[in-house]
Amino acid sequence: MSSATAKGIKTRINSLKKTEQITKAMEMVAASKLNHAQAQVLNSRPYFEILFSTISNIAASESDLSSPYLGKHETGKPVYVVIAGDRGLAGGYNHNILKMCLAEIEAKDAIVLPIGNKAVEYFKLRGANIMAESYTLAEGVGVGDCFSIAKTLCKGFKSGEYSEIFVGYTNFVSVLSQTPAVLPLLPLKGYEKGSSNSTQSDILYEPSSHEAFDAIIPEYLGGVLYGCLCESRAAEQAARRTAMDSATQNAEDMISDLSLKYNQIRQTAITNEIIEIVAGSQ
Amino acid sequence: MTTFPLKIVTPDGLQFEGAAEELIVRTIAGDIGVMAGHTDCVTPLGMGMATVVIDGEKKYAACIGGMLSVLKGDVTLIPTTFEWADEINAERAQDSERRAKEIIENKSASDTELKLAEARLKRSLIRQSVAQYRNVR
Repeated sequence: MSSATAKGIKTRINSLKKTEQITKAMEMVAASKLNHAQAQVLNSRPYFEILFSTISNIAASESDLSSPYLGKHETGKPVYVVIAGDRGLAGGYNHNILKMCLAEIEAKDAIVLPIGNKAVEYFKLRGANIMAESYTLAEGVGVGDCFSIAKTLCKGFKSGEYSEIFVGYTNFVSVLSQTPAVLPLLPLKGYEKGSSNSTQSDILYEPSSHEAFDAIIPEYLGGVLYGCLCESRAAEQAARRTAMDSATQNAEDMISDLSLKYNQIRQTAITNEIIEIVAGSQ
Repeated sequence: MTTFPLKIVTPDGLQFEGAAEELIVRTIAGDIGVMAGHTDCVTPLGMGMATVVIDGEKKYAACIGGMLSVLKGDVTLIPTTFEWADEINAERAQDSERRAKEIIENKSASDTELKLAEARLKRSLIRQSVAQYRNVR
C-alpha cells in the first residue's frame, strides 16, 4: 500500500514539475514583453500627459458655451471604452478592471466598446449593450485604430447619440502595482465649475474656435486612448509576470513538501522491510 | 534673439524640449509662425513642413496632424507624426508613394481604401520634400 502512495506522490511531483516549467516559461515571456511595453509607456507618457494638461487648460480657460464638447449632453447614453487583456492567467488584471467598469455600466445603462478578447467575452456574457466587437486583440490595436475609434466616438457625441465618454483602463504604476481606473474623456472637464475660474477667454483659435475644436478633440481622444492602451498593455504583462512568479513559487513549495512526504514513505517502507528480514532470520 | 520654451511630443516620445527662437508650422488653415511673446493660441495642425530655429540654426521636420498650443508663453507642439529631416527614410517614403499610387489607380479600391491611400500619398510626398532639406542650414 505504501508503495502505491509513494508512486502517487511521485506522479504528482512530476506533474507539478511540468506545471512549474510552464509557469516559469510564461513568466519569462511576460518579462520580455513587459520590457517592450514599459519602454512604450515611457515614450508615450509625456505625450499623454502634455496632451491632457493642454486640453484641460484650454477647457478651463474657455468660456465659450457654444462648443459641443464642453457641456454635458442631456440626450443619449454614456459610452465606456473598456481596455482589458486578450488572455487570462494574469492574476487579477482582467477581473479588476472589468468588475469596476461593469458596476458603472450597469448603473448608468451605458454602451460598451470593449477592447481585448477578455473584455469582449465578459460583456457579451453579461448581455451588455456592445457597440462593436471588432477589437478583440488588444495587442493588435495601433495608433491608427485609436484615432478611428476616437473619430467615431466624437461623431456620436456631437450628434447627441452619446451623452458622456469614459475610458476604463489599468494604470501601470510600477512593475509590482497596477491600478484600474476610469477616466472621463468627454465632455471636457474644468468647464463645469463654470464662471468661478473662467475669466474672459482670450485664447486665439485659428481658424475659428469651432473648427479648431472639431479638429483637435478627435486627435485628443485618439491620443488619450492610445496612452491608456499602452498603460494597460504594460500593466497586463506586469500582472502576468507577478502571477506566474508566485505560481512558480507555489509549485516549488508543493514539490518540496511532496518530496519530503515521498522520502518519509520510502524510508518507512525500507525500515519495514528490514524489520521483516530481521524477524525472519531470528 | 529672445527665445521661448518649446516642447514637441508625439506618441513615440518627446522629440524636443528646450528654448527655440522661432517655429513655423503648417496648420489646417495655412502656415503660422510663432516667436517669443506670442499671444495665447490654439490651432489644429495640417500636413506639412515644420521649421524650428534653435540657436540661430534652422531645423526642418515633417509634421503631420495634431495641434499647436501657446499658453502663457509656453509653446507645445503635439503632432501625430514628427520626423526631423535627417531622420526621414526617403526610400521608404518613395515605396509608400508608389504603393499608394497603385491603389489610387486601381479602380476596384473601396472608398475607405482610397481615402487611406490618399492620406498615405500625401504623407509620403511631404516626407520626401522635407528630406531634401536634410543638409540645408
